[in-house]
Amino acid sequence: MFDLTFFITRAVQQGIPLLYGSTGETLTEKSGNLNLGIPGVMYVGAMSGVIGAFFYEQSAKGALNPVLAVLIPLLSCLFGSLCMGLIYSVLTVSLRANQNVTGLALTTFGVGFGNFFGGALIKLAGSDVPSIALSATSACFKRSLPFASKLGWFGQVFLSYSFLAYAAVIISLLVAYVLKRTRIGLHLRAVGENPATADAAGISVGRYKYWATCIGSMIAGLGGIYYVMDYASGVWSNDGFGDRGWLAIALVIFTIWRPNVGVLASFLFGGLYILHMYIPSGMNLATKELYKMIPYIVTLVVLVVTSMRNKRENLPPQSLGLSYFREER
Amino acid sequence: MNTRTHTPLFHISKRGQLPWYRAWLIRGIALAVALLLCALVTTVFTGVNPLGVFAAIIRGSFGTARKFWVLLQEMSILLCVALAVTPAFMMRFWNVGGEGQILMGGLATAACMIVFGDKVPNGLLILTMVVASIAAGAIWGAIPAVFKAKWNTNETLFTLMMNYVATQLVAYYCNVWDKKGSGIVGIINPNTHSGWMPGWNSPGGQKYLLNIVVVALLTVGVYIYLRYSKHGYELTVVGESERTARYVGIKVERVVIRTMLLSGGLCGLAGLLLVGSTSHTVSTTIAGGRGFTAVMVSWLAKFNPVMMVLTTFLIVFLQRGAGELSSSFAQINDSFSDILTGIILFFIIGSEFFITYKINFRKAEKEA
Repeated sequence: MFDLTFFITRAVQQGIPLLYGSTGETLTEKSGNLNLGIPGVMYVGAMSGVIGAFFYEQSAKGALNPVLAVLIPLLSCLFGSLCMGLIYSVLTVSLRANQNVTGLALTTFGVGFGNFFGGALIKLAGSDVPSIALSATSACFKRSLPFASKLGWFGQVFLSYSFLAYAAVIISLLVAYVLKRTRIGLHLRAVGENPATADAAGISVGRYKYWATCIGSMIAGLGGIYYVMDYASGVWSNDGFGDRGWLAIALVIFTIWRPNVGVLASFLFGGLYILHMYIPSGMNLATKELYKMIPYIVTLVVLVVTSMRNKRENLPPQSLGLSYFREER
Repeated sequence: MNTRTHTPLFHISKRGQLPWYRAWLIRGIALAVALLLCALVTTVFTGVNPLGVFAAIIRGSFGTARKFWVLLQEMSILLCVALAVTPAFMMRFWNVGGEGQILMGGLATAACMIVFGDKVPNGLLILTMVVASIAAGAIWGAIPAVFKAKWNTNETLFTLMMNYVATQLVAYYCNVWDKKGSGIVGIINPNTHSGWMPGWNSPGGQKYLLNIVVVALLTVGVYIYLRYSKHGYELTVVGESERTARYVGIKVERVVIRTMLLSGGLCGLAGLLLVGSTSHTVSTTIAGGRGFTAVMVSWLAKFNPVMMVLTTFLIVFLQRGAGELSSSFAQINDSFSDILTGIILFFIIGSEFFITYKINFRKAEKEA
């Protein structure tokens, strides 16, 4: 029997990491930086959070202070992803390196970082299964409103999530507002569209790129920690995060660089991502694999259609992927 | 009145051509600093003596004759992909879809082996495999190119998405071909060896020599194509300036599509070498991230096919070394090579800045 309420809940939980990733990447891309390192950033964010939580759990010996149990992983996650954003910014903005190459190197590094320290912690914890379970920390992260379960399907669909899920929605709406309605957002978009013009208008191109990339990375990193602490119930297993980072980049295109559209679109992607599990079991496994293709196909269609219609506000930022050097004509 | 003007501490200007030895000196320094940092990171996080780590890394590639041949084999596949993406990059077409193009090539090879295996003469079968794999890769590469040429669709994002479509296609066929329901295609034609490419024995006893020879020839071929052919000239001009290209009468759309046919086709060839000549099976992971690694290999070599042999060596050497590390030291696992590779790449990427640009410090002015 197909349980719609349950499906929607799962889709939203699946979509939240994507929403974080795509909001962060949208902010970054609006400054003209195409950060292909987002998958790596999300791994590092998740891993830093896990490291923080692991050592806190070890030192607290069972008596966790719920505030600290949330705060320590959260701050170490933000710190880890900030470092990744800084590496990317130093290389591409200050040193004007090629963005694609830097991004891919960052992904290699980040995924390696996650899996290496994951492996190291597994050894440290001495568990028999190749994963780390941080269920105590996860329980603190997963606290939801107490009355949600009493409100039937309404509570299930709208109120049953943890604070990080609501934070994701708020952050993306906030980013959308800043980009669209504030002076800072206007300047940032100018930097992404045409840095030379922005520079001539007295906007500090480098500073905007740095801020956008670093904040974007931190937002994306939160997606990593949400995945581990909430979706996976505090269990880190190597490569468990999968290709969600790339899917987040796909989502940026799908939403045509609008984080507010991303809220619903990420839940849609989350639904598409798990749709294959809900297809009647009579069908063979092979067809299910084809269903997993849908998010990517849909993204491709959006990419093609927007480029065909060639409407200015739907196109990628004009100088996306290009480094800016003032003296170059 | 304040008439003093503020001069910044330093400003950056573009260098002219730097003599090659100074450029290499800068790169060498960057590599040395990166290695030092790697040693530091290794000691801090794993507590292993860094000299022991370096010794183990070298053992990973040169410890035994077999390891050395594995190194050459791995190098040949990665180099093939790097050569494939290079013409596209010289045209400023960011083909990050190597992964998908390799998968499609491998899938086509496997399809031929399964469908025609034992039904047609082996020579004809291998010929079909070669044609099918190159065609599959070429088509997968040309689809983004057509959209780029006609509607200027962002090719980085397009090729990236095509990777996952290809991955799922392979997953689909793995399930179709698998009889047991596990979704894993075993070794294809294990008894008759139908469609297995004639692997020439290398001195180590493995059948790697065919791959190595094919890719060595390909390296020379791509070098000549880029350096001395009209096609190579045209794609370089398109890369330097599209307007200039149009002005001198080069049909940009045609060059874009043609180059991507070539680029995708060569990736398909890598898929053929992987499936038909090395593993004789297909799975979603055969490309193993090479499509992305090749981007870095090609860029580090400044798109020069001969230099690419060196940069390929560097990357594969590190990967093999880390494999050795994880078996020698209990504290280190396979992913450590990714961290080391990342650190080294960051430094080499960063060092390019000091080759292209010059930092002029403010001259100390005498106060009047």
